[in-house]
Amino acid sequence: MSEVVPAHSWVQIESTVLSPDERSPHLPEETAACPLVLWVKGFLKGPALVGDMVEIETIIGRTLSGKLLEVNPPYEHTFGRPIPELLEVRKDFRSLSCRGGAPQ
Amino acid sequence: MRDMTYAGVMSRKNEIMKRALGMDYEKFEGPGISFDYEKMMEQAGYPMEEVRRIQRSTNVGDTPLMELKNLTAAVRKMAEPGKGARIFIKDEAANPSGSFKARRASVSCYYAEKKGYQGVIAATSGNYGAAVASQANMRKLKCIIVQEVFDSARVGQPEILEKGRKCEAYGAEVLQLTVGPELFYVFLRTLEETGFFNASLYTPFGIAGVETLGYELVEQVRQRCDRDPDVVVVTNAGGGNLTGTARGLLKAGAADTRVIGASVDLQGLHMASDRDFNRKSFTTGHTGFGVPFCTWPDRADVPRNAARPLRYMDRYVTITQGEVFYITEALAQIEGLERGPAGNTSLTAAFALAREMAEDQVVVVQETEYTGAGKHLTAQLTFARERGIDIRRGDPRDQVPGKNIILPSDPSCIGVRDLDMEQLRKSYLKNALKKNGVASSDLSHEELDFLAREIRKDPGYVVAVLEELGL
Repeated sequence: MSEVVPAHSWVQIESTVLSPDERSPHLPEETAACPLVLWVKGFLKGPALVGDMVEIETIIGRTLSGKLLEVNPPYEHTFGRPIPELLEVRKDFRSLSCRGGAPQ
Repeated sequence: MRDMTYAGVMSRKNEIMKRALGMDYEKFEGPGISFDYEKMMEQAGYPMEEVRRIQRSTNVGDTPLMELKNLTAAVRKMAEPGKGARIFIKDEAANPSGSFKARRASVSCYYAEKKGYQGVIAATSGNYGAAVASQANMRKLKCIIVQEVFDSARVGQPEILEKGRKCEAYGAEVLQLTVGPELFYVFLRTLEETGFFNASLYTPFGIAGVETLGYELVEQVRQRCDRDPDVVVVTNAGGGNLTGTARGLLKAGAADTRVIGASVDLQGLHMASDRDFNRKSFTTGHTGFGVPFCTWPDRADVPRNAARPLRYMDRYVTITQGEVFYITEALAQIEGLERGPAGNTSLTAAFALAREMAEDQVVVVQETEYTGAGKHLTAQLTFARERGIDIRRGDPRDQVPGKNIILPSDPSCIGVRDLDMEQLRKSYLKNALKKNGVASSDLSHEELDFLAREIRKDPGYVVAVLEELGL
């Protein structure tokens, strides 16, 4: 898929702030081995393809550059799934506190 | 051409800070390693009445104090006869951005507006980001939040993803980073590029903003119970919540109220580790921040940290992740309040502490926080289970942070573990000498006095400890 992303689209860009050799000397090994990467969202300044180096205007009007990663990125964090062990806790409390006890 | 490398930007730290804070911390410096803390709080902060006026102008503070009668009853069921203190909670979730952090942001944003800054920047993965973004809007300031969000596989902690969303909902520019302390480098660089105000959590404004919380709760307890609170429990991370609250208690004249810090025990997990980052279910209020900031406050993003918890803390206890989740569920089921979970750290400690206190005594939990997708306990437990963390019922004392989460099999299993205050004080003294590169023989009387005030002891104690440590 290499559809052109139109200018003014709301996008997320990615850039490497520090490569592993540029990082702070005081890091645990597993962190030191990775680059420090930054993501930020804004309006695409000109048409581009995903993966291109682009400029964006952030919501407060700053111009930042980086690799075009995603168009209209969604928020995907959720409330998760019910946790059976937590439902047991819930049942315990309901039988403690409810008049007539918890439903069997 | 300015040097934008890591070392280059870090070397301009003082210059960048001075401009971004609009004040010179030099004038508070004293002889040698000492500085005049009270002078800094007085001259750089605002008096209580002024802070209350500032906060009321943006609808911050004056939050309800709620008595948790059902939770108190549950404690009394387990307690010896005559034991089981009344538990109250200050519903800080009622602040505009959903947490007590609005108090801290309110004063910074007021100051930034008054000083003519165009915007504010804060480095935070917590509720403080939304607080700054919300207060910035009320003061017509631009806002940038710098967050540590993802591990190197671009997996984000759900709680931080939610906090990022909330900042963006308020129209903040959110810079999201992978794990690492060089977040501070990005923060400095952005301050330099924009000329915005450093809305640090650790300025005198950030602390003065919390003093109202302590002050208000004393007024409310006196009105409701006709006495001062016996104990106030404060979730402790960077130390600002505890310092500000304790100062507020003192300003209200509640000198006998005991201040107890509480943190989630995450010992064994490294805070700068890309691997450990997503193995914790609490992103703040834990020992990973609480202990280092306690024993060396000047590791913060300002020249002198206004949050100095060892000056105020009577006791410091830890509880486990599973215990906090359990109490969060209890709060919803028996009190009908869905809050937290991270903000319920102090509530969990209070639940255990109330059991040892007399029935007529009052323990106040001084905050709640909003809950939502990502921040919710089911979101955290789902995320943990996906990462292979063992979740089960049992004895919370069997917790191994990063390996398991143990939901108590019974409420009577909930108990606090004390951190050794003596060790914390010693560790502070050790750091103070080491970080400043001085030996105890170099210390003047003024410096010994300063160190004594830092840990709420007398200079004789400091001398004895330094001798014992061979420093």
